[in-house]
Amino acid sequence: MYSLKMLMRIALVVAASFARGAEPPAAGAADEVLARGTYLVTVAGCNDCHTPMKMTAEGPKPDMDRMLSGHPESLVMTPAPKPEGPWLMTAAITNTAFAGPWGVSFTANLTPDRETGLGKWTVRNFSETIRTGRHLGRGREILPPMPIPMYKNFTDSDLAAIFTYLKSIPAVKNRVPEPRPPAPALASAGS
Amino acid sequence: MRRIAHPLLLSAIVALCAPVLLRAADLPTLPQHLRDTGLYADASMSQLREGVLAFSPQYPLWSDGAVKHRWIYLPPGTSIDASRPDAWDFPRGTKLWKEFRHGRAIETRFIERAANGEWRFASYVWTADGQDALLAPAGGIREIPAAEAPGARYAIPAEDDCRACHEGAPVPVLGFSALQLSSDRDPLAPHAEAGAAAMDLRSLVARGALKNLPSELLAHPPRIEAANPEERAALGYLHGNCGNCHNDDGPLAVLEMTLAQRVGSASPDSVLRSVVDVRSDFRGAGGVARVAPGHPGASVLALRMRSREPLQQMPPLGTAAVDTEAMSLIARWIESLPNQTERTN
Repeated sequence: MYSLKMLMRIALVVAASFARGAEPPAAGAADEVLARGTYLVTVAGCNDCHTPMKMTAEGPKPDMDRMLSGHPESLVMTPAPKPEGPWLMTAAITNTAFAGPWGVSFTANLTPDRETGLGKWTVRNFSETIRTGRHLGRGREILPPMPIPMYKNFTDSDLAAIFTYLKSIPAVKNRVPEPRPPAPALASAGS
Repeated sequence: MRRIAHPLLLSAIVALCAPVLLRAADLPTLPQHLRDTGLYADASMSQLREGVLAFSPQYPLWSDGAVKHRWIYLPPGTSIDASRPDAWDFPRGTKLWKEFRHGRAIETRFIERAANGEWRFASYVWTADGQDALLAPAGGIREIPAAEAPGARYAIPAEDDCRACHEGAPVPVLGFSALQLSSDRDPLAPHAEAGAAAMDLRSLVARGALKNLPSELLAHPPRIEAANPEERAALGYLHGNCGNCHNDDGPLAVLEMTLAQRVGSASPDSVLRSVVDVRSDFRGAGGVARVAPGHPGASVLALRMRSREPLQQMPPLGTAAVDTEAMSLIARWIESLPNQTERTN
């Protein structure tokens, strides 16, 4: 049998847990969320594909002036060479466009630009996109090589932290092209 | 004192914890057989259970030509609260079914409002002999043979697919609403079934299934006040097929394009304002404007509805065949729209 003291303690813990969900995060907590988002975007490799690479004397490096702004709209992509032998995928020099059996995918502008990036998106839009692997959670499928099967396992709080960070970075106006469907020959090569 | 305090305190704790205790994981598992969901009177599945009502929305969703039957069940003594005429509040225990037929019954989809208020979605796949229908996996089935379906194939949606469409609207029940059940039915609506049209607002109110419906909607059943009958049918089709996602209060409000009609505001102006001569952000279909008056071939809305290329098609889910009858209607409507000069003169 529970003692009265123990039951009161349980009631207080339950009540406190509900209260926590209702209150906005304090300033310190908001900093922690931003720091967590910064960390996750860094180690999850978002910049590898969403920040265009530029060639330097030391080899390709991310162009941080265009951080996370996706495939540059100014870079016109010619038809990709057909992969041969065990090769499956072709990547652009910027590492922001990828041709494969799915067609051609271009990495998205993740900056908070309102017209070409995530500026109008809500955290729900972002979370549902990652969770479902569909644009805005209900549109076309997100294409490879975006690691949706792995990223869909992010917790809600991790996704919210990532979105908080993405909303905090400089907006870059860059309208990424629509993905291209597979050419019939390429599709059959990949099937 | 101590003996009295314990039960009271326990009650308080239980009340506090109730939303937590009744999480989805704690709900009863979904029945493995359709016959156990409450649709039929007995295991023979030859007769509907008492209290199950057939209905038919006036602007049905296109499902590649499948013949569909729909039913709803409300627990005894409960009713739908229609205080918000565009977002009805369904009682806990509400169940809805939709049967899809291509020659034979292939699938029955099931929506249930659980005891904790959450909505659950499931699909049951009929055996070829029509004797049983079994719960489909949550991931759906990419393809099952269906001789009379387009391409002789049929896809069972994943639970996520169900949620993608149904959770884009204020209420996840899409075909059972004030506009869809208006007695002022649209005679030009594509694919409308007349069989269950008797289930309308007035009959729902009469049987006590619908409460707090604004009296104005009984006196003047809702209709889309369009410029002409063809526009009314076109906007109704867009409402029934696209408005569940493309509305101004769901997650896709960020697109600033609404194709949903509101019975509270009788004019379709908000829809027209959001599409006619509005630049499309989608540049993969060949058009520039969402709807270019007079030019369906330059209207992204029509081009994407006519496409079944997976990166372009609209709707993105639930259809593999173009609705040619509806596309003719949409094309005629766009052709009839006055251009900007004509509209301002």
